[in-house]
Amino acid sequence: MKSLEELKQNLESKMPGVTSVLEEGCLVISKNDWLEVAKFLKSSPLYSFDYLSSVTGVDYPDRLEAVYHLYSIEKKIGPLTVKVRTDRQKGEIPSVTPVWRSAEFQEREAFDLLGIHFTGHPDLRRILMWEGFAFHPLRKDYVAEND
Amino acid sequence: MTEENLSTLATQTLEVSLGPQHPSTHGVFRMNATLDGETIVKLKPVMGYLHRNHEKLAEDMTYLGSMPYTDRLDYICSMTNNFAYALAVEKLAGLEVPERAEYIRIIMAELTRLVNHTLLIGFLLNDLGAFFTPVLYAFREREKILDLFESVSGSRMMCNYFRFGGVKIDFSPGFLEGVKSIIQNYPKFLDEFEKLLSENEILMARCQNVGVLSKELAISAGISGPMLRASGVPYDIRKVDGYSIYNRFNFRVPIGEVGDVYDRYYVRILEMRESIKILAQAVKEIPEGPFISPKGAAGAKAPRTFKPPKGQVYGRIEAPKGELGFYLVSDGSPKPYRYHVRPPSFINLTILEDMCIGNKIADAIVTLGSVDIVLGEVDR
Repeated sequence: MKSLEELKQNLESKMPGVTSVLEEGCLVISKNDWLEVAKFLKSSPLYSFDYLSSVTGVDYPDRLEAVYHLYSIEKKIGPLTVKVRTDRQKGEIPSVTPVWRSAEFQEREAFDLLGIHFTGHPDLRRILMWEGFAFHPLRKDYVAEND
Repeated sequence: MTEENLSTLATQTLEVSLGPQHPSTHGVFRMNATLDGETIVKLKPVMGYLHRNHEKLAEDMTYLGSMPYTDRLDYICSMTNNFAYALAVEKLAGLEVPERAEYIRIIMAELTRLVNHTLLIGFLLNDLGAFFTPVLYAFREREKILDLFESVSGSRMMCNYFRFGGVKIDFSPGFLEGVKSIIQNYPKFLDEFEKLLSENEILMARCQNVGVLSKELAISAGISGPMLRASGVPYDIRKVDGYSIYNRFNFRVPIGEVGDVYDRYYVRILEMRESIKILAQAVKEIPEGPFISPKGAAGAKAPRTFKPPKGQVYGRIEAPKGELGFYLVSDGSPKPYRYHVRPPSFINLTILEDMCIGNKIADAIVTLGSVDIVLGEVDR
């Protein structure tokens, strides 16, 4: 893959108004731009990230972070790690299921276990825990019943 | 009743809940199907019955402490689960793996692929109605490999054999002879299996053009492993990433044309033949030497002193079921801050509904069988 620097510059020149930050080899995108950037990354002939391998989240003391690992099957490049941050209370991030179908179950899982609300997801329900369960067990402040 | 009368009859769809306790669902998994006659119009998978919050457990123990737990993800392929996890942690901690250990790992991974694919084909025949005869022949062959696993790790299925920077122990005496006998005899078994199955009229009628998955949807839905390749995408992580020492071996990546159940069956047969090729090369070239690096051995003795530097990593391998990935975040302590598994069979289920709509209910069971799921991994 061409360097991350180059990708960032390319992204910002093709999509004015979008700002991204490079951090520990990851591309950090603001949540308001994420859906547009996702479409660009998939359709851009230079990168064509057609394969969204993994979607997950991390709970930090001050924020929730969704982490995406992208590959291109066509160009045989990757992984590109994209991070999108949100607050811990409302925790809203736009869903990329319309762009990559593989996000469908994985976003449901991140919603279930971490409480990230993926807006625009076609069917955002719990997937591993049962309906009516009140908590998000992968949050760091979750205390199990018998603890 | 005349044609005319029939068309005015009021009909309604029927909802059927298959599972969670149903022999065709390969564990505690449920499919809520809506049927119009016998045709599926809607199908929603329901999972989580085996959920034990594997990731949360792992975040509360040392890195090495999770190794035996990874055995229990895909409990048919514990060796490759160990492999993926060890690879991710080694990337995070910057550990080297000695030459001999790399070969040992490849031999274990390819033996596991034989186990998995053989068993999958046996169970697929179960789903097709050949109840338990083919699967017992599959079990017979699998048992020979499990005996070898037991001789090195002490356990048939929960091997817990890999360590960061190598493996737990060197081969037991006679192990390589055992692998050589498998290399010699497995093709004969595959020939026999194929003679009975590959051109079997019933199998072809039930599998061809059933559960078709297009190339485009397969890529977009993140499908991986034999299922992706059966849809005609020549993407094998062993080739693309060349992790461990896979780029030294000569093997081909079989692909399908139609993307139906039959292609998924046949791609797996061909993959087993390629695995045997890799095994033959590995057994021939394996050098003498240490089976774990000194740093790795120290970490394995005292897991609490093993503290990878701050950072994050995504490591993936071509597990028998597809792309098995581990995403780890380290804060410099002996426990991972975040530990995430990217399970192939969970993500491969995303398009189960798409493959089943328009097919008969009996075909849904075969389609699910060809996806190759293990609930220990789907639910985690």
